[in-house]
Amino acid sequence: MKFATRLIHAGTDVTPAHGALSVPLYHASTYAQQSVDAFGTWDYARSGNPTRRAVEEAIAALEGGTRGFAFASGMAAISSVLLLFAPGDHLVVGEDVYGGAFRVMTKVFDRWGLSFSFIDACDTAEVEKALRPNTKAIYLESPSNPLMRIADLRVIATIARERGILTIVDNTFMTPYLQRPLELGCDIVVHSGTKFLNGHTDVVCGFAVTAEPGLGERLGFLQNAFGAVLGPNDSWLALRGMRTLGVRMEESQKAAMRIADRLRGQRHVTKLLYPGYASHPGFDIHRSQASGPGAVLSFELDSVERTRRLLEGVKIAAFAVSLGGVESILSYPAKMSHASMPAEERQRRGISDSLVRLSVGLEDTEDLIEELDGLLNG
Amino acid sequence: MHFSTHAAQIGVGRDPATGAISVPIYQTATFRHPGPRQSTGYDYSRSENPTRAALEEAITRLDGGAAGFAYASGMAAIASLLLLFKAGDHIVVTEDLYGGTYRLFEQCFTGYGLSFSYVDTTDLMAVAAAIRPATRALFVESLTNPLLKVADIEALARLARERGVLTIVDNTFLTPYLLRPLALGADITMYSGTKYLAGHNDTVCGLAVVRDPALAERVAFHQNAAGAVLGPQDSWLTMRGMKTLALRLDRQQESARLIAAWLGRHPRVRRVYYPGLPDHPGHEVLVRQGRGFGAMIAFEVADPALVETVLTHLRLVSFAESLGGVETLITFPAEQTHADIEQEKRDRMGITSTLLRLSVGIEDAQDLIDDLDQALSAGRTA
Repeated sequence: MKFATRLIHAGTDVTPAHGALSVPLYHASTYAQQSVDAFGTWDYARSGNPTRRAVEEAIAALEGGTRGFAFASGMAAISSVLLLFAPGDHLVVGEDVYGGAFRVMTKVFDRWGLSFSFIDACDTAEVEKALRPNTKAIYLESPSNPLMRIADLRVIATIARERGILTIVDNTFMTPYLQRPLELGCDIVVHSGTKFLNGHTDVVCGFAVTAEPGLGERLGFLQNAFGAVLGPNDSWLALRGMRTLGVRMEESQKAAMRIADRLRGQRHVTKLLYPGYASHPGFDIHRSQASGPGAVLSFELDSVERTRRLLEGVKIAAFAVSLGGVESILSYPAKMSHASMPAEERQRRGISDSLVRLSVGLEDTEDLIEELDGLLNG
Repeated sequence: MHFSTHAAQIGVGRDPATGAISVPIYQTATFRHPGPRQSTGYDYSRSENPTRAALEEAITRLDGGAAGFAYASGMAAIASLLLLFKAGDHIVVTEDLYGGTYRLFEQCFTGYGLSFSYVDTTDLMAVAAAIRPATRALFVESLTNPLLKVADIEALARLARERGVLTIVDNTFLTPYLLRPLALGADITMYSGTKYLAGHNDTVCGLAVVRDPALAERVAFHQNAAGAVLGPQDSWLTMRGMKTLALRLDRQQESARLIAAWLGRHPRVRRVYYPGLPDHPGHEVLVRQGRGFGAMIAFEVADPALVETVLTHLRLVSFAESLGGVETLITFPAEQTHADIEQEKRDRMGITSTLLRLSVGIEDAQDLIDDLDQALSAGRTA
């Protein structure tokens, strides 16, 4: 089955009883049982809910994994995956990961005996050099947030596998429509489903998908034991959003490419970070592992003053946190997604005070270009 | 103002733009900023959402704390609170606690380096003896699950304070309507809001309320960082449920009292646990500290074979996990809620293979008694 068909049909055969094409929204917290000895498929909604199950099956099918899990937020998904590890374990992490992931690693899991090495994941040799005898996982974003740097997922997953180390990829920016890390040999994919998967800026949710069934069992145990699950209404909305992932992603990506073309020629734009050009250092690797550059681009302006004018001036694109919705969102990583990272860490990584990140939505591209043009040159 | 006034008024006046009496469901992930360094107070719904904030303020008011927090489930609430601690810390816990909490402690957090001692928290001496230099908290169920033992929260909190440890109370079975642990000296109260607070068996959620503002800030940090938050629609449903908490519990308690007395006289019932019965060992503590006895009853049937008979013959009462809703539910703790506790431990505590737990709903009490009667009597003439 082609991906676009999977998008529409994954996770739909929940209610043969009524034939409803839309999955029912099951609000029940508990389910009546027939027998003392053998409980039915459903017993308690934290453990399993038919609406949540539908979206979990859908994301598993789209990512090409064996089990999918829906969580209360992307951070709940990441935290629940980190709970797979034990005190003394070490993880190698791409250095410019989302600030929230950085925060939970360094401020919470660090206290629980996990240790992390943050490295430049574009450099596979760096990744390999950071591995220790107690390294249990490599955690990556590709493209990374907000610097759009590319890690070679196939090569890193192979190195990891040879040493019995898991590879975990946050696939939020690409979605399985453009990139499927499990097919490249990675073990776990995590998502902030809040972004492109749900796509309407109206749900906070997270997903994890596992390739190997045994690992899926372990994560299933933790999802239930910790209980950071996604509620039924949010599950239903996320599934509804995912139905249009393909068309949204195509359209937004097309618009992002046109906007990137336009920004490239602007005299106040000093840097454009977008893996859609051959001049991007990760272009070839990205093209070998993903089917498109996506709909998020970052760019740096020649002054903080101009950056501020842009952020304060935008009307069509919202100046807000988050990305991946039908609405274009312009955000300011230094004060938003990466505010939880210490200033010197940000500077070292290149997340400067004149860097902005644009998530391109579904507005008419001409309108977006006109607005950016006006603010950048005004 | 009294409890039911606070409860009925939840969310009122929070939307001056329209005057809507019911809080809007803010089904949004993010919020538009007026400009750099400016915020409406909301930036991203994991961090804060106006609907969830209304619920968090409501439970804070009902429990009398500094700040409240809503989570994806009761277990997410407990797990997020445990993240406050660190590897090497020790926690003293009520021994007959909810099986899911036990599983979380034993199968997850011990692996991360926390250690737990399980004691009978109705026995103050036992609790005092279990506190070690590494102990950081007491985790107490105010009314235990499933044996309905009553902890003396005031005495426990005093002891904990003297020894410099936190008191965390799982107050799910009593709710702030019947017991307010923070007023008795506890530091944190938490709930599976799925139960009485939401009250309609239609929402899975967890809540916590913290007394001290500095501790509340740490809890807030972990809620946002680990992100196990409650979604807006479930937040709204929980508030909607809380508005009728007092009415529901009044009815449920009255029915529970009648049913417990009736069960006590039934020839096929060996033993009844209900703290509203004057001979229940925790009765006096609840008379002193609370304002009711709740609507949970545990009872032992005369022999193990009768368990299956009762569960298969009940018509009105559903055999299902969970509790606290308007519908009456019955569970078999040894195989459901407490299946994760080793059998030998279960037997020692009294969670036997003849024990059933009844959550009394708001149906007519006589109908419930009739249903229990026919199920208990089934098979007798066959």
